[in-house]
Amino acid sequence: MQAGTLFLHARRAGSAAVPPVLALLAACVLFSLFLLVQGISPSAVFGNIYDGAFGSWFSWQNSMQRAAPIMLTALCVAITAKLGLIVIGAEGALVLGGLGAALAGLALQGWLPPLGAQVGLLLAGAVVGGLWIALAGALRHYRGVNETISTLLLTYIAIAVLNHLVEGPLRDPASLNNPSTFPLDWNVMIGEIPGTTIHWGFGFAVVACIVCWVLVNRTTFGFAARMIGGNPQAAKLSGIPVGRVLLLACGLGGAAAGLAGAVEVAAVHGAANSSLAVGYGFTGILVAFIARQNALAIIAVAILLGGLEASSGVVQRRMDLPDATLVVFQGIAFLCVLASEAIQGRLRMPQLLRPREAV
Amino acid sequence: MEEQTDVLQEQLTGVAEALGWWGVPLAILAGAIRASTPFLFVALGECLTERSGRINLGLEGGLVMGALAGFAFSHITGNPWAGVLMAALVGSLMGLIHGVLCSLPRVNDIAVGIAIMLFGVGLAFYLGKPFIQESAPRLPAVPLGFWSSSGAVQSALSVNALFVIGVILAPLMVLFFRSTRWGLVVRMVGDNEEAARAAGYSPMRVRILATMVGSAMAGIGGAFLSLYYPGGWSEGLSSGQGLMAVALVIFARWHPVYCMLAALLFGAAGAIGPALQSVGVSWGYYLFNAAPYVLTLVIMIIACSRFRTLRGAPGELSVAR
Repeated sequence: MQAGTLFLHARRAGSAAVPPVLALLAACVLFSLFLLVQGISPSAVFGNIYDGAFGSWFSWQNSMQRAAPIMLTALCVAITAKLGLIVIGAEGALVLGGLGAALAGLALQGWLPPLGAQVGLLLAGAVVGGLWIALAGALRHYRGVNETISTLLLTYIAIAVLNHLVEGPLRDPASLNNPSTFPLDWNVMIGEIPGTTIHWGFGFAVVACIVCWVLVNRTTFGFAARMIGGNPQAAKLSGIPVGRVLLLACGLGGAAAGLAGAVEVAAVHGAANSSLAVGYGFTGILVAFIARQNALAIIAVAILLGGLEASSGVVQRRMDLPDATLVVFQGIAFLCVLASEAIQGRLRMPQLLRPREAV
Repeated sequence: MEEQTDVLQEQLTGVAEALGWWGVPLAILAGAIRASTPFLFVALGECLTERSGRINLGLEGGLVMGALAGFAFSHITGNPWAGVLMAALVGSLMGLIHGVLCSLPRVNDIAVGIAIMLFGVGLAFYLGKPFIQESAPRLPAVPLGFWSSSGAVQSALSVNALFVIGVILAPLMVLFFRSTRWGLVVRMVGDNEEAARAAGYSPMRVRILATMVGSAMAGIGGAFLSLYYPGGWSEGLSSGQGLMAVALVIFARWHPVYCMLAALLFGAAGAIGPALQSVGVSWGYYLFNAAPYVLTLVIMIIACSRFRTLRGAPGELSVAR
């Protein structure tokens, strides 16, 4: 019995993973053709991607470091997708979360011990990000405003607010080339996981993914969310508080993206500035779709995509290719993954792997 | 984005210096006409696509690819109109990818739009590297400021030929929807897929065509960016005009003439910041840049309701349900 259910789970996970894996392979083939047409060797490009992403312990650490914010922004897409929403504004929540974390850190450092200030700034980032996406959720629930468009607009607004504040009222006069807020003290900065150069943000992100998976698959909240995604009318009729679940899911998703911003500020940049908006939020959308909105799969896919982004510099330098080379690959991969939704559930497992009926 | 506003500011400073504070409304008007052309084309294109019942969030991809194709072909052939034609062609190819993918079962059109945007922008940046320092013949302008003796006013009111074409196109599109066979087919497919099928039309084919034409218009909007204003090819050329198309069309309630007015309004909103800066008010520069986005959001909040779909929305459209 136990083994049987385990087998069923494995089989379900396996068959869910087949279309995206096929899609990524198809993307590799298409990208190779794209390179071959220009007389560039695909094996050299893929070799360099591998070197840059996973070729050494150093590049592994770099890839995992980059995977942290991608994981968290992908969670923002995945949690809300359970309710049938398409939220594309994780970038905005990340930016404002980073700004909130920087301000909280500046306010708390000095009169709280470093650990307290760290907890405070991470919380601040998550709360600001959560409120930002919850705002889109509230607009959706109370006014019927489409969440895809509102989160897109909110992202532009968030970036404008950040630029306005770091170039004006909150600017550290010492930051000349890249206007920033005042820097955080070194002891408030989030350190590295012992024995590595990976900052703790990676740990937070992995934990967040696991918590999210449990929340979606093993709690009544997750059940309600999935039911709303399946059929909102039925969910409402069976007494599920649709609005509350929707706001909570948007808040949690936004909190994940806001945490990504807080980690970027407190572990990488040391202050809030426009380098927060480098597109992690948009990569997160791609990751969530490849992972088919599964929080555990997001961990692996985010490391893969983090690696791809980490290898961009290597490919650029060694092969003298434009920095957009890997964006082209990402675009092809995204299109292939979406096309593969069409074959989801239509593939037949080989007879041997199928358990017999009614055992 | 910054690059574009810098050019705008340079041109507007002349107006403001010549006319002082009175130059601000003129500068905003000039900015509106200039900055609204790409908005105008993407809005009309998106309007056509959405009236067929599909949403294309990937117009930004078509727009940026169009900007590159237009610039490259103008550079190679020496004729900017050849560039515009090529931009439309490349745009329609991006639309073809979108249209075909969305026709597969269970494929979400919003997600495909995001992917097309990523792909188009990435491909354009990749292919466009060799063109960054080049120059190409530009599109001609129509001097609407001929009545004034002031050079600043004349330069502010010289309007591009594409803007004129777009302004003529909007009422023509109303006619197309209202009184041509194909316009009715597009509307029928957009409002009720079953009815269209019963009448013997393939919704899939109509939608793919509508997406291709819509995306071709985005390509033309892109050609305006690279061949007229701000001109040239660079990675910061587009400031997300393609992305705004979806919001614009909702704002305009799926009506082509309202799309034109909305495009002008968005152009004007985007010109407030640079216009004020040209008379020395630099506070809130970034906030004014976000004015079009805030405006759209506010209008959507006012116009939407949880109890009914938006007035004028095509029945098959996913965002309006």
